[in-house]
Amino acid sequence: MIALYNNKIWKLVSYVTALVLIVPMLVMLLGGVSASTQLFLHLWQTVLPTYLENTLLLAFWVVLLALLFGVLSASIITQTNIVCKHQLRWLLLLPLAMPAYLVAYLYTDLFDYAGPVQRNLRTWFDWQSANEYWFFDIRTLPGAALMLALVLFPYIYMLTRGTFEQQDQNLIRASRLLGLTAKQSFFKVALPLARPAIAVSASLVLMETLADFATVQYFAVNTLTTAIYDTWLGYGDLGAANALASILMLLILFVVLAEQRSRTGLRHQSARPNLKRELIQLSFGQQILASLFCWSLVVFGFLLPIILLIIMAVQYSDITQLSALVSTGINSLKVSVFAATIAVFIALLLGLYQRLHADKYRHLPLQISGFGYAVPGTVLAMAMLSTLGPVDHWLNEAVEFLGFAAPGLMLSGSLFAVVFALVVRFSAIANGTIISGIKQIPQSLDYAPASLGVNLLGSLTKVHLPILKPTIMMAWLLVFVEAMKELPAVLLLRPFNFETLSSQVYQLISDEMLEQGALGAILIVLFGLLPIVLLNKHKEKV
Amino acid sequence: MLRKSFISLFIALFFIAAFSAKANDIVNVYSYRQPFLVEPLFDKFTKQSGIKVNVVFAKKGMAERLAREGKYSPADILLTTDISRLIELRDKNLIQPVNSAVLSSAIPKQYQAQDNTWFALTTRVRNIYSAKRLGKIDLNYEDLADEKYKGRVCTRSGKHPYNVALVASMISEHGEAYTLDWLKKVKSNLARKPQGSDRGQVQAIHQKLCDISLGNSYYFGKMLKDEKQKVWADEVYINFPNQKNRGAHINISGVAMAKYAPNAKNAQALMEFLVSKPAQALYAKTNMEYPVREDVAVSELVASWGSYNADALALEEIAKNRTTALKLLDQAQFDL
Repeated sequence: MIALYNNKIWKLVSYVTALVLIVPMLVMLLGGVSASTQLFLHLWQTVLPTYLENTLLLAFWVVLLALLFGVLSASIITQTNIVCKHQLRWLLLLPLAMPAYLVAYLYTDLFDYAGPVQRNLRTWFDWQSANEYWFFDIRTLPGAALMLALVLFPYIYMLTRGTFEQQDQNLIRASRLLGLTAKQSFFKVALPLARPAIAVSASLVLMETLADFATVQYFAVNTLTTAIYDTWLGYGDLGAANALASILMLLILFVVLAEQRSRTGLRHQSARPNLKRELIQLSFGQQILASLFCWSLVVFGFLLPIILLIIMAVQYSDITQLSALVSTGINSLKVSVFAATIAVFIALLLGLYQRLHADKYRHLPLQISGFGYAVPGTVLAMAMLSTLGPVDHWLNEAVEFLGFAAPGLMLSGSLFAVVFALVVRFSAIANGTIISGIKQIPQSLDYAPASLGVNLLGSLTKVHLPILKPTIMMAWLLVFVEAMKELPAVLLLRPFNFETLSSQVYQLISDEMLEQGALGAILIVLFGLLPIVLLNKHKEKV
Repeated sequence: MLRKSFISLFIALFFIAAFSAKANDIVNVYSYRQPFLVEPLFDKFTKQSGIKVNVVFAKKGMAERLAREGKYSPADILLTTDISRLIELRDKNLIQPVNSAVLSSAIPKQYQAQDNTWFALTTRVRNIYSAKRLGKIDLNYEDLADEKYKGRVCTRSGKHPYNVALVASMISEHGEAYTLDWLKKVKSNLARKPQGSDRGQVQAIHQKLCDISLGNSYYFGKMLKDEKQKVWADEVYINFPNQKNRGAHINISGVAMAKYAPNAKNAQALMEFLVSKPAQALYAKTNMEYPVREDVAVSELVASWGSYNADALALEEIAKNRTTALKLLDQAQFDL
């Protein structure tokens, strides 16, 4: 690949930005070095092996299920002739707006021994106790995996669908001309071409799973995250907690790098995405099966939970709660919009740097800026305080030195810390989405403006950014929705008198009182839906 | 170039200083206690004193945040829900003594630090809830390990601070070896893996998944007042354990002043307000806890559960055994 530009300022800004994003992680790694080996040994001899096993099993099942849900539904929507596909096309995005811990709570309530499902079964069949029949236990590792997969699969669906829709139809047609059937050409050409998007989104799902705390805790599944919490908050050993978190991060890094390596040298670009796609014609029976599959994802991932929430809200809420929710809602909105905008800006900065610049290590800034995703929110919050704290102290001392009153903790004690944490945590999402969009831009479009004497700025504003517009919106939406749902970092870093929707709802859930928070939960979901609807509108226009 | 950047730095710092003019009548609180409980108290305090209360609610990590913030921390007051967290704050040198005649005379001696660093505001019992279908039973914590309760005991995570404190008190009473053995036996009696909250266990009894559970006293009152949860609470008796020997395990919710409290005077005023009779009565009424003041009555509902003997074990003793308790819980693989 010939890189075109060598803009010094861009270079500097890219490296500095990446560095700023990675500093909290470095602080964490350094903290891990001072870990007490004694506590480690104790954990290793008692609970750590089980935690590790649970973590790996959970990750395996979530990724597997999410791949099944996401790739299959994306294939069905883009490649076949099922009915209602224009509705399903965006309906399948909706589960993204559901926080996993919320779904976990609702389904536990529904399918538990005392829940309406089992209660009715008992009445119908006249069973007296739990011993007389078998019913799946939802508060288990497979249960947790299913819950997580149900709300995380839209990542895979979204990126895979996008790739299918923008694929170069010339390649498909060529394969058809060479004698492949529509089905064969899908499996031999279209699907392999979508591999980067599938891989990127699957690694997002993996990281999201490993960093999850609320869901696994609710289901009493002890994972490495539990161990990190225990060592830090139980044993009060931040060093050992940092060490565990570092291990988790390195583990993920290894997986992501291995995946990237396995597809170096592969490059897929589409020159003419708007040729008409040829659809695989399904038989009537196949259509029914395919529709059923897609609809059940929509129903279980979104419709059923939201209906349950609405029922709760109607039964338990009154209008006074609503007014209190407005201010918390605005808080949630504020941090999420900031975080999404900044994360997308950084992703563009670093992604286009990698694409357009003549620097041997141009991929580096982008790569390292996404590390934060794998770090559990609480640990990240800790690292954030450890990082921003000293800067704040330096600022205060400087101001005092000049003879003024110390201004207090402007960075670590304000919204800055919350937004910074969200950006560090969710940059990987923005990066992944933006880079997969950039990769779709044909290389020739980099050269064309340059050969016509257009400078970097012109090339960006006239070519790259307009092409990337849908990708940019998608990335913004993903970060926004995630930030809306994010919990631990907000809980730990928020300034005085600052409550967000998710922190409020989580508080009530942990007291088994979600009913009181049903309105707040619905608001989280609605805010999450807003960008999905907007995005869909925009796409239809294009 | 260098001079220019110095000048701009100076200007920037000047603006920072100018914009951060301190308001006088505030007090800043870091609270583990929940909004519904403390907000009415703070509203009352603000009305009386004109001092505005700013709060950060947290579930965990308060000590870490304070430690990182160091001497520029805005926190004045820390509210916690168990003794171990208060002691943790003191051991990490994050709080300061408050010498107030109001506080030390209102609070019984065993519920305040000898060095005046922490003060209890309410006390709570770690009760044993039992299914009404078992009839009235008299239980000790030790009985949870009894083989006749195999598959019939429910609890939240062993690592929850409330359970850790209970285990710590068992260590004080019986020693490590006995406690480890007790934990292993209780674990083998569990109907399901430790999970959920204290209320969730009562729900499980209602579901007939188990017959006995551990839970703090005030949850019983709260469940009785909740439309949905009343059904669960109606299925159980609240029992005060170990009444014929050392007494029931007690924990506290408490308050301390941050080491670098910028509004120390206001902070002391708030602390003194929290032990005042009206505030204590509000604690009793809204959260169904036992007020730490002996001259403030418990709520009618709580009174109906009867009086009880409390374990006289010093609270500091419980905090001392905390790490050992955690290790034993790991060794017994209690939560796995």
